[in-house]
Amino acid sequence: MARAVTNQRKLVVTVIAWSIGIAIFFPILWTFLTSFKTEAEAIASPPSFLFFEWTTENYTEVQSRSNYPLHFMNSVIISLGSTVLGLLIAIPAAWSMAFVPGKRTKDVLMWMLSTKMLPPVGVLIPIYLIFRDTGLLDTRTALVIVLTLINLPIIVWMLYTYFKEIPGEILEAARMDGATLWSEVIYVLTPMAVPGIASTLLLNVILAWNEAFWTLNLTAAKAAPLTAFIASYSSPEGLFYAKLSAASTMAIAPIVILGWFSQKQLVRGLTFGAVK
Amino acid sequence: MGNITLKQVTKHFGETVVIPPLDLSIEDGEFVVFVGPSGCGKSTLLRLIAGLEDVTSGLVEIDGADATTLPPAKRKLAMVFQSYALYPHMSVRKNIAFPLKMADMDPAEITRKVEGAASVLNLTDYMERRPGQLSGGQRQRVAIGRAIVREPEAFLFDEPLSNLDAALRVNMRLEITELHQSLKTTMIYVTHDQVEAMTMADKIVVLQAGNIEQVGSPMELYHKPANVFVGGFIGSPKMNIITGPEAEKLGSHTIGIRPEHTMVSKEQGTWKGKVGVSEHLGSDTFLRVHVEGMDLFTVRAEGDVDLHHGDEVYLTPVMDRLHRFDKDGLAVR
Repeated sequence: MARAVTNQRKLVVTVIAWSIGIAIFFPILWTFLTSFKTEAEAIASPPSFLFFEWTTENYTEVQSRSNYPLHFMNSVIISLGSTVLGLLIAIPAAWSMAFVPGKRTKDVLMWMLSTKMLPPVGVLIPIYLIFRDTGLLDTRTALVIVLTLINLPIIVWMLYTYFKEIPGEILEAARMDGATLWSEVIYVLTPMAVPGIASTLLLNVILAWNEAFWTLNLTAAKAAPLTAFIASYSSPEGLFYAKLSAASTMAIAPIVILGWFSQKQLVRGLTFGAVK
Repeated sequence: MGNITLKQVTKHFGETVVIPPLDLSIEDGEFVVFVGPSGCGKSTLLRLIAGLEDVTSGLVEIDGADATTLPPAKRKLAMVFQSYALYPHMSVRKNIAFPLKMADMDPAEITRKVEGAASVLNLTDYMERRPGQLSGGQRQRVAIGRAIVREPEAFLFDEPLSNLDAALRVNMRLEITELHQSLKTTMIYVTHDQVEAMTMADKIVVLQAGNIEQVGSPMELYHKPANVFVGGFIGSPKMNIITGPEAEKLGSHTIGIRPEHTMVSKEQGTWKGKVGVSEHLGSDTFLRVHVEGMDLFTVRAEGDVDLHHGDEVYLTPVMDRLHRFDKDGLAVR
């Protein structure tokens, strides 16, 4: 009997979990399907789910209208650039907070997190003006700088959590063994923290890839990444859903594929410390 | 040369004074054991010598030169940690080679030294394994190997055996003692286990609340404890401490009598009591005797003595083995 009850419960839980999973995934699936419809079919009511005339004309249209490779390269450079730069700053920062904490370390960590509570639009104007005056508007450099700063609190927090799990005695042993500060960080700390650093890197590439507020506001044509490329297909009038969907699919495909291949690492990274 | 001198060294953590002003000198080649109850500051003292903690004031001299502000890497000391602190991502070979690599030694020379250390420590068959694939005893050996390859001025051991099981602990104790006899390098060893202190040390430093209670050879501490604390701490089972009228009858405020310096008889003796627990170890029997007007009194008897719970016994102290202390707990000689 007990076994039957457990099996029944398992079934219910499985059904619920799948329903939630499909509900979350549905908008992406719908976008994907819409990208293969004609504009007329895209707004048809009732909408057709799978039985419509499949067409790739939206993709052709989008390719001819915009420079996808340029936006793709912009996205790659901006997301990787800001993540790598962020890691270079955050590894020493997290090292010092985890292993040589001062009286104010906890406060600094909270303060860093609190910057994420501010709506970004609150600092848009000053940042816009600074970039305008320094000639950085619509440059990849500007976006790398902004996205590094935006994501730095998360990178530091994640690395801090991973570093806290590393026993301090091992670093002390390295010091006793004659390691300089840099050798300690390079030969001992970093290799031990590789899983943590890898998931931090992945998560931040994804966050930076999808970041839209700053990329839309600080770029025009030259440095626009894929988020701006998607936005350029939205317009106040006319039919654009199918083309917008095609652009979205092209923009998110690389990051979804990256996420798919690294999901094990991501899940391990995000639950690290929570489940012992 | 590995002589180490501490001059008026103090350590505060915030408001808390962990080490009040302390002087200590350790001669080259000595095996010194810091012993004391947990929280007595023995590990902190070791870490001050290692340079892993900064002194609040005072001087640390290594080999005659001021090392107070030198970073750990520059002190030419090697340390073995309680948790072994091996590098989990490196093989045994790389773990042992790490300090030599940090010293930019020639790779051929590194290989030669690592192989040498591995054969001394019976690690040759495990060189390519990671620390996670080794037993506790093997990990301990790797930690020692990592310490000996760099030929330090002195070895620092921070409770290195406390994570091992009893049998292995005895083995490793002998191995470390043998290592000291063959290397003749200064060793400073921290433990809370007075048996380790007694069996390994040339010189024992007994600490309590950051203060040095007594410094001396194991036998000096056993025969002439400077105060009640040292008397009670050194020796197993613990020395019996008697105060009040019974102590005054013997001419002192406090009297210390070791269990092995008390005679047991069924017929007659100084004090009459009743056996509480009797622990038969085979070689010896330890009796916990309830004596009126005293705390529980421990005595050592022959292994095959026929005394059990509830038996009446008479205890007689060996008069020339009594330890007399004044009301401040200091030894009266």
